[in-house]
Amino acid sequence: MPLIYPKKTEMPCADPADRRASWDEVALGYTAERALAEARRCLQCQEPLCEQGCPVNVPIRDFVWRVALKDFEGAARTIRTKNILPAICGRVCPVEHQCEQLCVVLGKQEPVAIGRLERFVADWERRHGSGAAAAPVERRPEKVAIIGSGPAGLTAASDLALLGYQVTIFEALHAIGGVLRYGIPEFRLPKAIVDEDTQRLQEMGVEFERNVIVGKTVTIDQLTTEMGYAAVFVGTGAGSPKFMNIPGENLKGVYSANEFLTRVNLMRAYTFPESDTPVRKPRRAAVVGAGDTAMDAVRASIRLGAEEAHIVYRRSEEEMGARAEDYRRAVEEGAIFDWLTLPKRFLGDEQGWVTGVECLRMELGEPDESGRRRPVPIEGSEFTMDVNLVVIALGTNPNPLIPRTTYGLEIDPHGCIVADPETGATSREGVFAGGDIVTGAATVILAMGAGRRAATAVHEYLQEKATGPDGDVARSERPIRKKASAKPRPSAEHVDW
Amino acid sequence: MARINEKRHLTPVTKLFVVAAPLVARNACPGQFVILRVNESGERVPISITNFDREAGTITIVVQEVGKTSSLICALEEGDEILDFAGPLGQPAPLPESGHVILVGGGFGAGAIYPLARELRRRGVRVSALVGARNQALLILGDLLEPASDDYHVCTDDGSLGYKGFVTGRLEELLNDGAGFTHCFAIGPMPMMRAVAEVTRRYGLTTMVSLDPIMVDGTGMCGACRVTVNGRTQFACVDGPFFDAHEVNFDEAVVRSKMYVDEEKLAAELAGAGR
Repeated sequence: MPLIYPKKTEMPCADPADRRASWDEVALGYTAERALAEARRCLQCQEPLCEQGCPVNVPIRDFVWRVALKDFEGAARTIRTKNILPAICGRVCPVEHQCEQLCVVLGKQEPVAIGRLERFVADWERRHGSGAAAAPVERRPEKVAIIGSGPAGLTAASDLALLGYQVTIFEALHAIGGVLRYGIPEFRLPKAIVDEDTQRLQEMGVEFERNVIVGKTVTIDQLTTEMGYAAVFVGTGAGSPKFMNIPGENLKGVYSANEFLTRVNLMRAYTFPESDTPVRKPRRAAVVGAGDTAMDAVRASIRLGAEEAHIVYRRSEEEMGARAEDYRRAVEEGAIFDWLTLPKRFLGDEQGWVTGVECLRMELGEPDESGRRRPVPIEGSEFTMDVNLVVIALGTNPNPLIPRTTYGLEIDPHGCIVADPETGATSREGVFAGGDIVTGAATVILAMGAGRRAATAVHEYLQEKATGPDGDVARSERPIRKKASAKPRPSAEHVDW
Repeated sequence: MARINEKRHLTPVTKLFVVAAPLVARNACPGQFVILRVNESGERVPISITNFDREAGTITIVVQEVGKTSSLICALEEGDEILDFAGPLGQPAPLPESGHVILVGGGFGAGAIYPLARELRRRGVRVSALVGARNQALLILGDLLEPASDDYHVCTDDGSLGYKGFVTGRLEELLNDGAGFTHCFAIGPMPMMRAVAEVTRRYGLTTMVSLDPIMVDGTGMCGACRVTVNGRTQFACVDGPFFDAHEVNFDEAVVRSKMYVDEEKLAAELAGAGR
């Protein structure tokens, strides 16, 4: 057995000083040499535990083996059997909580850099143009509607198209990708990658209907009746921003993270006036929250020219929800972290512009119901931060449009659609759901996993339906729905206010 | 993409477009709006629906040139395509089933009250329409609105047609004459809606205004359009656009509507220079 180097092979990155003014991607990816070196750190376990940590079951051991053999094309093929968005996942997956956390070398040394290797393989495939769309083996007559073009919807669409169904994705916005488009900034996920993945689905025969707001433009009832869709998958995400309900929150210059990032990413406000959508030019910015979205927002505000950009978080570094890599990059780029700090109110001037945040210092007390130590305000510790831009990144609630307009769809008290965690089946026959609209705000890869499971369930449902009335009887006798609320909500790391 | 079937010049700065948008027209209701975008670098802007025809599959909108984006829209011609045209958005206007409704339209808002009048008439509700503009030349859509209402009142600031003064002056006259209104709906510039609210508050007349704050997605995702109503934050795009005029925090709404005045000015200047 070769001697194993104890640390992950470094991934080259743009210089932090240059990054402060550039929207180009920060992490530059492995060279072939580095990828080989890293792949050779893998022990090729008999029972690869890492694969159990992957919500879409990527055959990690086998693809890493292919990389070690310099068979990059084979590695790409191997990943693609389970993951249609590897270039995206290789960039945004919280690997330290998933595959890499289960790597057997962990503890003695750093885990194999599975995420970086996935990204390398996907980028190699993109450069070599070998990622041709797979063709379905047979064509099926049934039409399936996918609502939302984020990670859950794209994955479900891909799987169902491969099974031969006529798949249409309905997207409310003018561009495809959901959170991949409006939420995650260019410097972390270049939009060209989202475009390429969209293109690939199109080549597979998936149709895209942009500017269609299901629940408004058409209802699910119209889709399943007059428009002839045999099944529907709802992957609309947790799109409604949370606010703090403290004084001054509606001052000009106070944004939800969704609005701030949508302006920047989807509408390209950082190129204003070349693009017509503006965004407040920050001088001193405060981002409230410490999840992935907060890191994106603070790093975006640095790029928009903020001299100082703060993360304001009522808990400590320990409890922060952000991926380790993004946290490190934010630190490198000069973000200032105000741990144990709670905003009490926002202060403004006569024109209604935000000028400051009044905060309280906190200390950690006994653990709360989330198991984390509860932050407790320190009496008399009020102080004011001088800011001209505030971004509230405290998570999101489910978007109400579909719950409000779909007859017979069971909704939980949080506004999430109640769906079977295994199949995505909802209380409405033929309507499946998955991703953040079911679980509350979580991650790209968990949404993809849900999209995949739902696609399998949609296929089973349609096959049973095609077998005639007997199939119907069989289905109605089977319990198709369990309470999703029984399982732990993966939202904790992101919605942690 | 949505094709422009018809364009009408209502005033030198106000244009009407009939747009082919069958999916939008099919579920459109009075009081809703669309969001559109004219080119790849363009903004998403909300615009009230002035009329919809489910059979023809068309949506009618009225746009007044006030800045870069509205000028770009107004420059479009019959046969042109609008790049993105999404809707119908917002809640339908909460129209009553009976009574006597006064609809107040200011400026280009005169178009937006038409679908309310049409639906109220269908329900058998008595409709009075009250429209105002700076002068006769800027009054729009009388040909559409007058036949759709039981009585139709015109105001101009300069007295060139109808009552001389603001809509609130004429509204107060009608109220003093015992017009017997049970509900009021006002659509137009913020100062006008606010002034209407102040008048009707004194008369205890239930009044709804259609707020059009700055929006981005229009589907409840961003919160740019938040307004305070009865002390609670609401999203105009999904909870509105109609809110109880006597509960709206107009001070805040006015301030928030001016968030990007500098940027709007810059964009308009650059667009002007490029012409």
